[in-house]
Amino acid sequence: MAEEVKLFGRWASPFSRRIEVALKRKGVQFEYIEEDLSNKSPALLKYNPVHKKIPVLVHNGKPVAESLVILEYIDETWKHNPILPTDPYEKALARFWARFIDEKFWAIWPAVKRAILSREKEREEAIEETRQHLKTLESGLKERKFVGGESLGFVELAANVIVWLFAAQEVLGLEILTEEKFPTLHEWSQRFVDDAVFKECAPPRERLIAYYKVLYGASTASK
Amino acid sequence: MSKEEVVLLDFWASPFCGRVRIALAEKGVEYQNREEDVLGSKSELLLNSNPIHKKVPVLLHNGKPVCESTVIVNYIDEAWPSRPLLPTCPYERARARFWGDFIDKKIFEGGTKIWSSKGEALEVGKKDFIEILKQLEGTLGEKDFFCGDNFGFVDILLIPLTTWFYAYEKFGGFKVEDECPKFSVWVKRCMQRESVAKALPEPEKVYEAVLMLRKMNGIE
Repeated sequence: MAEEVKLFGRWASPFSRRIEVALKRKGVQFEYIEEDLSNKSPALLKYNPVHKKIPVLVHNGKPVAESLVILEYIDETWKHNPILPTDPYEKALARFWARFIDEKFWAIWPAVKRAILSREKEREEAIEETRQHLKTLESGLKERKFVGGESLGFVELAANVIVWLFAAQEVLGLEILTEEKFPTLHEWSQRFVDDAVFKECAPPRERLIAYYKVLYGASTASK
Repeated sequence: MSKEEVVLLDFWASPFCGRVRIALAEKGVEYQNREEDVLGSKSELLLNSNPIHKKVPVLLHNGKPVCESTVIVNYIDEAWPSRPLLPTCPYERARARFWGDFIDKKIFEGGTKIWSSKGEALEVGKKDFIEILKQLEGTLGEKDFFCGDNFGFVDILLIPLTTWFYAYEKFGGFKVEDECPKFSVWVKRCMQRESVAKALPEPEKVYEAVLMLRKMNGIE
């Protein structure tokens, strides 16, 4: 039976890129549809009426939304080369860490945006807030071993946001994520950059940085 | 066969702990319940078992901690596979997880906006909250439970949160039954299950706890 798999995504979204990596890892052929979030397609609105967001996976006409939900769906539908462990306890740990990473990202990203867009005291506060969340993320991931290549797991797929945090640092024009203070985040970021499977589905770093610089109207003059 | 040791680090008013109590009851799992003084001083066991969030619920299965209520409910479903809480087909499971995620993100936070606000912010909070319930009503449709005929994952994640609705109604000046009658029918249906009725606190008691929370946060 012919399978029809579509992915509605955004080139710059780590959540959308996770799904691309997962599908490639499983060898699933899919059609990719780039969404313009300022002009959402009728298809996107039809397939994700609740959140109206990407990524959305549409499998034989049936939509699945929310990146971690999509990853579990992919794992259960195409069972070879599993993303999640089989042992219930290991699975629980993987789910816990993936949620933790996403929660931290959604705390850090707005703080970074505020830091880029604000001035003086507000900027300093936003930078400090970013630092605190990064510290929590660092200490949380410290005990975990990065599992890459064809075995990129659930936690690693969720942790792709680390690459985006490093890009954000460039836009901010500040050296917050130093190797000295954040050795785990540094190591993970490097592992992603070196990883063949991840690289295939990653946006070019320079393009991402240039895009955010334009988006947030960042000037290199800090003030 | 070795004896299983299951311990729940618990707090009576927490809807997230309620989820775990219901899931364990549905599976017929015997466990030891340890009440934590979450507003006072947390136990060493809690701080060691959940160093990242330092929160309840924590399920300790033969000494190994599982944290985050949704993760715990999934774990319970998989560690004790009889009487499954999730549907079998991947698409229906994804639908259940999607709505679980929606409930996790929207309900408690939405309700908090009601009890912790005043004036204009309260009115906006109330309006948004009712909208959220209407969306859930929409997905429930004519079904008895969120995934069909059987009480399951989504119902378990949602029903304990409804014990806080009485408090929201008092502060917000509205009734869920008037705004979302179908939702209320579903609540009553769930509360008829023994596993649910035994696991959840009286909404009036929760209201008193929320009153105390308001005082502690300097809201009046």
